[in-house]
Amino acid sequence: MPVMQYIEAVRETLRSEMRRDPNVFIMGEDVGKRGGVFRATQGLIDEFGEERVIDTPLTESAIVGVGIGAALYGMRPVCEIQFADFIWPAMNQIISEAARFRYRSYGTWFVPMVIRAPYGGGVHGGLYHSQSVEAHFAHSPGLKIVAPSTPGDVAGLLRAAIRDDDPVLFFEHKGLYRAVKGEVPEGDYVIPIGKADVKRDGRDITVFSYGKALHFCLEAAQMVAAEGIDAMVVDLRSLRPLDEETILNAAARTGKVLIVHEDNAFMGIGAEVAALIAEKVLFELDAPILRLCGPEVPAMPYSPPLEKWYMLSPEKVAAKMRELAAF
Amino acid sequence: MATQTRNRHQELGLSDEQMLEIYRYMLLTRRIDERLWLLQRSGKIPFVISAQGQEGAQVGAAYALVRGKDWLAPYYRDLGKVLVMGMTPREVFLAAFAKQGDPSSNGRQMAHHWGHRRWNIISGSSPVATQVLHAVGVALAAKMKGHDIVVMTSLGEGSSNQGDFHEGLNFAGVHKLPCIIHVQNNEYAISVPLKKQLACENVADRAPGYGMPGVVVDGSDVLAVYAAFREAVDRARRGEGPTLIESKCVRLTPHSSDDDDRTYRPREEIERARQRDPITRTRAYLYEVGLLDEEREQALEVEIRREIDEAQEYAEAQPYEPVETAMRHVYKEA
Repeated sequence: MPVMQYIEAVRETLRSEMRRDPNVFIMGEDVGKRGGVFRATQGLIDEFGEERVIDTPLTESAIVGVGIGAALYGMRPVCEIQFADFIWPAMNQIISEAARFRYRSYGTWFVPMVIRAPYGGGVHGGLYHSQSVEAHFAHSPGLKIVAPSTPGDVAGLLRAAIRDDDPVLFFEHKGLYRAVKGEVPEGDYVIPIGKADVKRDGRDITVFSYGKALHFCLEAAQMVAAEGIDAMVVDLRSLRPLDEETILNAAARTGKVLIVHEDNAFMGIGAEVAALIAEKVLFELDAPILRLCGPEVPAMPYSPPLEKWYMLSPEKVAAKMRELAAF
Repeated sequence: MATQTRNRHQELGLSDEQMLEIYRYMLLTRRIDERLWLLQRSGKIPFVISAQGQEGAQVGAAYALVRGKDWLAPYYRDLGKVLVMGMTPREVFLAAFAKQGDPSSNGRQMAHHWGHRRWNIISGSSPVATQVLHAVGVALAAKMKGHDIVVMTSLGEGSSNQGDFHEGLNFAGVHKLPCIIHVQNNEYAISVPLKKQLACENVADRAPGYGMPGVVVDGSDVLAVYAAFREAVDRARRGEGPTLIESKCVRLTPHSSDDDDRTYRPREEIERARQRDPITRTRAYLYEVGLLDEEREQALEVEIRREIDEAQEYAEAQPYEPVETAMRHVYKEA
């Protein structure tokens, strides 16, 4: 099995899907000659030409809205929003249009498109190159939302997203692009959207996370293991739909639940996971559900100490794990 | 004297039958629209948003497209266009009553949010100008696939201030896409008159900034509209790119059935607007060229009234979509 970086998994999956299906094409800002500001689409223009790797004008609403139109005609656009922070001008097209075409037309019109967006902080990106935006979209039925944490999951889930007949928001944590390497199964590797993954089994506490924070959780689990705390770490991977079965089983297994994400807590993904567990398996719990999330400030500040204050870390997660284990 | 009137439709290559068909669509649009108001005022349907005053612009524009081949991303006033594209009066009334079988949404959307897969009429929403980008995307896809279709989209002059309008025109211009952006300027965005909406004289003046021709046409002159759109359609099919066409129209009704335009619009102004009624003008032309006389007109009115009566009765008698289906089609069904 080849080992590759997270960003290579993005690129190679795009390449293989574009080879497989001539309807798949890419559009976004700087995706062509430059290969994307992160180089996720590097070299694809050489293989597929500028008709299928389209450098768009600097217009996020059009990147999504034109993608919707192409999808209505039977194409499979993969639209790149350069930074998730810049997705807001396209919010109306995503929520009012992409998410609703199927419902509002009683199934006669639908939008098979993927919107890729690098998100997340810890990269000296300040308020407008660090945001986690997933909760804003997770509220909308009609959308699917994926946030993988490993190269293998990127490959399997991006392939599933491109083949999906509904709009999928595919959030790539930019802090993982070159920081994480992993095995990527060869060939037609697809992970169904809506399946969480137990990244580490454990008996004492259950930790739910996704994205970069998931890696902090795995590191923290190693740290507390030495102290005799055996943490189960579940990667949600798919934020809408949530994998209810895996979540409930994992919560019931240890009876102690911690939810960790970089996005702030209020009305976030963790709130939904906590509500789900409280509604369905309350009597399996031995402790209050805890959350460890970004702080309630509008976005991530820039200076190193401020950014460090905002960001989660293995140490912060480990401290929360100890608190939960001791309950 | 019929012989002394220039026969403009034949100059445009339209047969007498086609000219009469154009007028029939215009009249059908007007009479359906009037019926919808009656139904709304008598409490039978909740909502109307009118095409009255814009029938010439709509029918003339859509008549230049090829039904079943070309695509339309309409806006809420486009009753005339969707009829020409293939939607039936029965289907219009099904939507008005929000009944089962409404091809736009099966009763889910407010009426006038047109959509019809069979006729390439793209489902629309209420936020304005979003459909411009969808039309551009369809045109992009068609160009990628090598299909020689033309995509038309409509919006009002007020909506031409939205970002999506400008982003769409720019994208279409850069990629020379086969689409036509039709601004139906009826001089009001709900209550806001033109002079508070635009600093330039015409919406079409914005076209050169996006590398495409901007055409102004008298929306009450259905043949002038048809000529302008046919040229734009030919241009698009030749691969020469998009066109922005602004038709100067009038709005003969309040914005919608929920509006009262007496609060902002002088009555004399509406009287003046009636002088530009496209139905009156086209009717006069047909009399002049001898295609219509009182007897034929009466017969046409009776025929249309029957069609509308039948469509309304049919739609009214249909059931609502059962509530049990309300969770369907959120995502693709297995």
